[in-house]
Amino acid sequence: MEHMERHFEHDLEELKQRLLWMGSLAERAVHQSVHALLEADEAVAESVLAEEDAINEMQIEIDERVQRLLALQAPMAVDLRFLLAVSRINGDLERIGDQAVNIAQSAMRIMRHPQVKPYVDLPRMTELAEGMVRDSLNALVRGDQELAQSVMQRDDQVDRLRDQLFRELLTYMMENSAVVFAAFELVLVAKNLERIGDHATNIAEDVIYFVAGRDVRHPALDRR
Amino acid sequence: MTADQSEGIRMVSAPLSVKPPDTAQSSGATPAPVKIAARNLNFYYGKFHAVKNVNVEIRQNVVTAFIGPSGCGKSTLLRIFNRMYDLYPRQRAEGEVILDGQNILTVKSIRQLRSKVGMVFQKPTPFPMSIHENIAFGIRLYEKLPRSEMDDRVRHALTKAGLWDEVKNKLNQSGLGLSGGQQQRLCIARALAVNPEVLLLDEPCSALDPLSTSKIEELLFELKEACTIVIVTHNMQQAARASDNTAFMLEGTLIEYSETSKLFTTPSDPRTEAYITGRFG
Repeated sequence: MEHMERHFEHDLEELKQRLLWMGSLAERAVHQSVHALLEADEAVAESVLAEEDAINEMQIEIDERVQRLLALQAPMAVDLRFLLAVSRINGDLERIGDQAVNIAQSAMRIMRHPQVKPYVDLPRMTELAEGMVRDSLNALVRGDQELAQSVMQRDDQVDRLRDQLFRELLTYMMENSAVVFAAFELVLVAKNLERIGDHATNIAEDVIYFVAGRDVRHPALDRR
Repeated sequence: MTADQSEGIRMVSAPLSVKPPDTAQSSGATPAPVKIAARNLNFYYGKFHAVKNVNVEIRQNVVTAFIGPSGCGKSTLLRIFNRMYDLYPRQRAEGEVILDGQNILTVKSIRQLRSKVGMVFQKPTPFPMSIHENIAFGIRLYEKLPRSEMDDRVRHALTKAGLWDEVKNKLNQSGLGLSGGQQQRLCIARALAVNPEVLLLDEPCSALDPLSTSKIEELLFELKEACTIVIVTHNMQQAARASDNTAFMLEGTLIEYSETSKLFTTPSDPRTEAYITGRFG
């Protein structure tokens, strides 16, 4: 029997494309927001704030699509897991967009102060977090469990960079109270980047659930 | 922070339990005992090999669903469980089907087997007689009861099948005058009247509207308290909703058999996955 292309599969593919589009919006927002910070570029920071609505609109649209497919198609097995994963990833991408907005706002405040220190770890941390987001979505596209695993493993590096930045900024603040405002904003940015890594980790975990049906979220829990 | 330091913070006196309340889904841990066990079961329609070396254990007091495409052998398997095939020549079964320690394939008394293993078919088949007689007829095959006791049994069977309230004032009217859903529940009542231990249902809802279907599915939940239920269905949603365990068959072979919630979310065989997601073939 020839395989018949079904309308449902077309809908699933469309949904995936919409999610990836939203992912690219979120990725861009992160990139732009850090760029605005590093280059003290207020216009770029403004554009991140302006584009947040587009991400939020996508979140609603994707939720509606998921809801409709669940209700009308009563999906099973891999299709069900895909829709549940999309629904959760949707939330993570929207939160990544929020973190980018936080960074952009910090950037706008930091610009009004002299630079605390040369930015070395921040770009590294950004690159890592962005790479995690990008690869988690690539893993979704390719159904690639190994790539998803590697995203999860990278989260520790981001956490370590955050701790390192915290310590470093703390010493700057203790040495010179004039930098406290800007240094404190940088602490927030480091925290935002670390959260972005966490969301990418969540996405990677959802990819593994979708591909293999395994819930790898809390490995310490004893599951049947 | 020590207790002294936290003076300003008032703690809620009773600590919350971290264990959520039990639900029906989280409580059952040990599997029910086996009611029917098929071992190396083969079935032939003449030369056609319809069931191929099936090994399956049907658990007691649960609903087991058989799904699979047309011609996969699921209805055939069901018909073996009460020797329905005996009615037809050139059909034969090989292997074993053990029910309570007895091999169904070799039991002498088919009548006794069928009182233990009842069956309901795709199309409702009420007899052309009154509602009361439809039920009493089956009971009389096995027992001779005084009038009042018979009335009790009829009422009891109709109540168990969820039909009593709808027919109690017209027990002497013809069973053929009932709606399709009512007729099917009448057939279930007829099967229940002889207190079977196993109830086999072959596509019992395929001719019914959604409301009647949902009544029968609800009924299965109640009936499994007293009965082991095996249902063959083309409707995967029905299997998903109404059964505890599900078996997937393909071309006479049992491909996968597991808890329904597992089979429909994370099936282990790619053929099961292809079938339940509609990508079969």
